[in-house]
Amino acid sequence: MIRIVLPPHLRTLAHVDGEVELEVAAPITQRSVLDALETRYPMLRGTIRDHVAQLRRPLVRFFACGEDLSHESPDAPLPDAIANGAEPFLVIGAIAGG
Amino acid sequence: MSNIRVLVGTRKGAFILTSDGKRKRWKVEGPHFAGWEIYHMKGSPVEPNRLYASQTSAWFGQIIQRSDDGGRTWDTPGGGPATNPQGMPMGESNQFVYDGVPGTHQWYDGTQHPWEFKRVWHLEPSLDDPDHVYAGVEDAALFESKDGGKSWQELSGLRKHDTGPKWQPGAGGMCLHTILLDPKDPKRMSIAISAAGAFRTDDGGKTWKPINRGLHSQYIPDPTAEVGHCVHRIAMHPSRPNTLFMQKHWDVMRSDDAGDSWREVSGNLPSDFGFPIDVHTHEPETIYVVPIKSDSEHFPPDGKLRVYRSRTGGNEWEALTKGLPQRNCYVNVLRDAMSVDALDPCGVYFGTTGGQVYASADGGDSWASIVRDLPAVLSVEVQTLT
Repeated sequence: MIRIVLPPHLRTLAHVDGEVELEVAAPITQRSVLDALETRYPMLRGTIRDHVAQLRRPLVRFFACGEDLSHESPDAPLPDAIANGAEPFLVIGAIAGG
Repeated sequence: MSNIRVLVGTRKGAFILTSDGKRKRWKVEGPHFAGWEIYHMKGSPVEPNRLYASQTSAWFGQIIQRSDDGGRTWDTPGGGPATNPQGMPMGESNQFVYDGVPGTHQWYDGTQHPWEFKRVWHLEPSLDDPDHVYAGVEDAALFESKDGGKSWQELSGLRKHDTGPKWQPGAGGMCLHTILLDPKDPKRMSIAISAAGAFRTDDGGKTWKPINRGLHSQYIPDPTAEVGHCVHRIAMHPSRPNTLFMQKHWDVMRSDDAGDSWREVSGNLPSDFGFPIDVHTHEPETIYVVPIKSDSEHFPPDGKLRVYRSRTGGNEWEALTKGLPQRNCYVNVLRDAMSVDALDPCGVYFGTTGGQVYASADGGDSWASIVRDLPAVLSVEVQTLT
């Protein structure tokens, strides 16, 4: 089970409270996790990644296990602690403006 | 008796203000979509409880929201469990993808810059079908949905006009902010883009022509160029679709041939810079503007918030001040932040960047604030409910 923490605005949009938990088939990567998230919550399409190019939106960051993985390849394996559900995958709205 | 519903989009959410036909006591509901920019909300003229809202964020992009109960509940129309033939969720309601290769337009420094979708500035429900709605977007293009906002297709004849590479963003971005549907000719539509100018289609959106003859803009190399004018807003009375009123960056303009030619009607205004312009519901020659000091000082001249009314279709203007602050007022009124109701006497409404929403129940003779401390107001639309 993959755990995902969304920023408050996206939790509201997806009508969820707290963490999202999803079954994701291996390999566990940014792409596979976000694909599964958008399949379960289609209203989130375009809010984290661009609709067409599937690139991370500039003011969205991905943190995991105390690291900023935003610039990692979307197809790079995520840490084991994410893959086994010990740690959540964090989707963060960058601190920029009010 | 009729009721009034005012749809207010702000920098930090949407608010819905309601009153009975006396327009004295108001109920304020909101914020909906708290924390998001709500560029515009508008209801269908044939099904008033069908509302569309443009919810947007620099962080999370563009969301289209829809209500079928007058704004009590909202949903993303394409965000549900619907699937395409391959079994994948649709999730299309927020997807605005330019048709084909987007091409380039002029950038601030004069170089060419690729078209990039940023947000929906204006939603215009069609006059006869609540599921049919147009969206004016930044970077400038016109989209439509015929399925209640679930999916959007570009009317790309506009963006692909030969002059497209000469269009350029104004300070607020290269936005398509005005969509006027001709009630007498369903194939005719006029739009305005900052800073490209006004365009009209006579064939339902397939082909477009610039309608900027008569505009004079000192801030472009050729002041009378075919395109490049920073049109802030155009208004039309539905009984006279050939008469258009324009608030340009500078200059208030008028056309009596559906935009084929324009003439200036700024007359005795203290400043002819401004953003909104609107027409009285029952008097097609009565129009309203809010003069702003200049393009570098976006606040009312002399710190006095004054709506100006012309009962002669321009040129002769009177200041409307009763109930509006006449000292130390330095707010702005943005282009989509004025609207009129359909009651008699006509109600006029506008919102400010200081968060006030003002209403007049007597055609502008006197004003009172409905609410004073909202986030900066981006848009105001009024529905008259019977």
